Amino acid sequence: MPKVTIDGHTIQVPDGTTILQAARMIGPEVAPPTMCYYSKLKTSGGYCRTCIVKVTKGSDKDPRPMPKPVASCRTMVMDGMEVVNNTSPEIVDARKGVVEFLLINHPLDCPVCDQAGECHLQDLGYEHGLSSTRYDFERRTFERKDIGDKIQLHMNRCILCYRCVKTADQVTDGRSHGVMNRGDVAEISTYIEKAIDNDFSGNVIDVCPVGALTDKTFRFKSRVWFTKPVDAHRDCPKCSGKTTLWLKGEDVLRVTARKDQWGEVEEWICNECRFDKKKTKDWIIEGPRKIDHHSVISQNHYNKLANPHYKKLGK
Amino acid sequence: MGKKLLIHNEHVANIHTLEVYKQHGGYASVEKAIKTMTPEAIVEEVKKSGLRGRGGAGFPTGMKWSFLAKPEGVPRYLVCNADESEPGTFKDRYLMEKIPHALVEGMITSSFALGVHTAYIYIRGEYFYVSRILEKAIEEAYAAGLLGKNILGSDYSLDLYVQVGGGAYICGEETALLESLEGKRGNPRIKPPFPAIAGLYGCPTVVNNVETIAAVVPIVMMGGDEYAKIGIGRSTGTKLISASGHINKPGVYEIELGLPVEEFVYSEEYCGGIWKGKKMKACIPGGSSVPIIPAELLLKTAAGEPRLMTYESLSDGGFATGSMLGSGGFMVYDEDTSIPMNLYTLNRFYHHESCGQCSPCREGTGWMEKVAHRLAEGHGKPSDIDLLWDIQKRIEGNTICPLGDAAAWPVASAIRHFRQEFEALIPKKEVAH
Repeated sequence: MPKVTIDGHTIQVPDGTTILQAARMIGPEVAPPTMCYYSKLKTSGGYCRTCIVKVTKGSDKDPRPMPKPVASCRTMVMDGMEVVNNTSPEIVDARKGVVEFLLINHPLDCPVCDQAGECHLQDLGYEHGLSSTRYDFERRTFERKDIGDKIQLHMNRCILCYRCVKTADQVTDGRSHGVMNRGDVAEISTYIEKAIDNDFSGNVIDVCPVGALTDKTFRFKSRVWFTKPVDAHRDCPKCSGKTTLWLKGEDVLRVTARKDQWGEVEEWICNECRFDKKKTKDWIIEGPRKIDHHSVISQNHYNKLANPHYKKLGK
Repeated sequence: MGKKLLIHNEHVANIHTLEVYKQHGGYASVEKAIKTMTPEAIVEEVKKSGLRGRGGAGFPTGMKWSFLAKPEGVPRYLVCNADESEPGTFKDRYLMEKIPHALVEGMITSSFALGVHTAYIYIRGEYFYVSRILEKAIEEAYAAGLLGKNILGSDYSLDLYVQVGGGAYICGEETALLESLEGKRGNPRIKPPFPAIAGLYGCPTVVNNVETIAAVVPIVMMGGDEYAKIGIGRSTGTKLISASGHINKPGVYEIELGLPVEEFVYSEEYCGGIWKGKKMKACIPGGSSVPIIPAELLLKTAAGEPRLMTYESLSDGGFATGSMLGSGGFMVYDEDTSIPMNLYTLNRFYHHESCGQCSPCREGTGWMEKVAHRLAEGHGKPSDIDLLWDIQKRIEGNTICPLGDAAAWPVASAIRHFRQEFEALIPKKEVAH
């Protein structure tokens, strides 16, 4: 069992643990932010570069530091490894750079985006971004594409994390969407605008860290912080049936999978639960859902959030 | 006149045919290797030769070969990287076009050394006509019993295939090349695992440049020790240099490593000096990704030593005052060249070729292109130079593959050495009276 030290916290972890996983075991104060890594999806991570850390000591056997910052989500810990994350000004600056890159072509249309309030890019920008932009060129835009009646694709907001592609690949049968084109005009899309249509396709909405894939049945219905999340379940022949309902009064405005501390779904849910069961009588309500770490929704108060960065900022 | 080991027969008529190639000593290394040597002995010779990867990174080939995992019952692959896409580099095309059998011979000998029974030549899409030449050569080699089952009557068998890529620069990065070869989108893989452990189809794979593989032939023939006598220090053997730009005699030259840069640029045997009687302003000595350096730093190091054509000498002084030998794409610029315009051209290239997988490169290369364009066209802002510097700094070292670094280094070096030229292009604000 290798021992790893991250920002001064030492922890012993099983073989094959990544730096990111080890950091999450220590707690949110040392865990790097992630935009593309998703623990439930194989081969995810490595793209967005927000989780970069510096390895100041490779291992007990080979103490040399790693020459470049590494993606913590894809780098395995070695025994005796020492890592700096938030305590390294160099890493904090590099992360600011990544956030700037992610934002230069982002439309910043949060006021009309359904993801606002539960958007990881918003959180990231809030924690690491500049208050103004240095990018004074026209932002990139894509042609609108219709990918069916349930899922809204907003390519302009996409940060190409590949999570939806991997979800479609690993959770659903017969993946019909992927990444087209190259470089900064690469886009997620379906082949010849084919509709995404299978029982678990709705999960791409939950994995999307930004507002690129949102729920059409919830579109413009409410800001998420005006809805009340409750855990509920139903007897579903296709999936676990364990969901979170987002209520306004007695109306079920939206159904999502339950998300953990890191904003990742606990269990995939089927499209029937997500899109078709919009009445409280369809569900057995368990009680209020605690939302922490990544959201303003939980208590409707910013200062109650678990994330230490907000506390530091004194908001 | 320096020793030539790779293209000494370049002007022999019909050297592209097996018959003529054999008349000039071709395929002797295959015969020698299979009939008199063990695979381990060949790897040992390559190690002794000090041969370093000719694609640009300069990693010791023998070491790369010895990293190749050899699990029981799992095939291994040798892949030749003929996706020569680095701007300013055209040596591999020349070699394959003129003497295709030199590569085929190198592939057979190297495959035997690595215990490989299936090998691929991945060639860039724009070299379609060269792929035809190679395929013809491979066909001839099959007919002569040099490829296929029981080569030269031994129990060693090898199949060699040519795969034409789609013409993306990124597919020259070895893991993107493997993805493309597998029929997937050419995106670089996240390493580790390295190809030596899990490469093509998840099997142990060695990826080598065309020139590297061709150099295995003389190494096997003359022995590693003899090969290592050519050159200086850790830069052994000969190297093909693609010379281009404002020189009198552009072309592909085979040099002995250790040749003084000044001799290479000004002697009649090589570049023949700067064209139209002009002066040299700057040079990119190793393909577009390496730092551009001013003429005085090209010819002499910061310490005043004459600069030599070696891996070490060209990078002497680090990026502050040096550059890199890289792929040997030697581009010379005369005194009238606009460095900002040159930089914009390079930025445009890297922006176009970025695969878009990781954020810094995907977003940063486009941003740099836009800022560099504005500067080069004379509409820049005073803050633009520092902005460019900042963007490149935030790309460098933060990407999955070296394309990010390759895009960042030209920007950094152009600003480092030619800042005044950028400043001169920024419109002066009119002062109100």
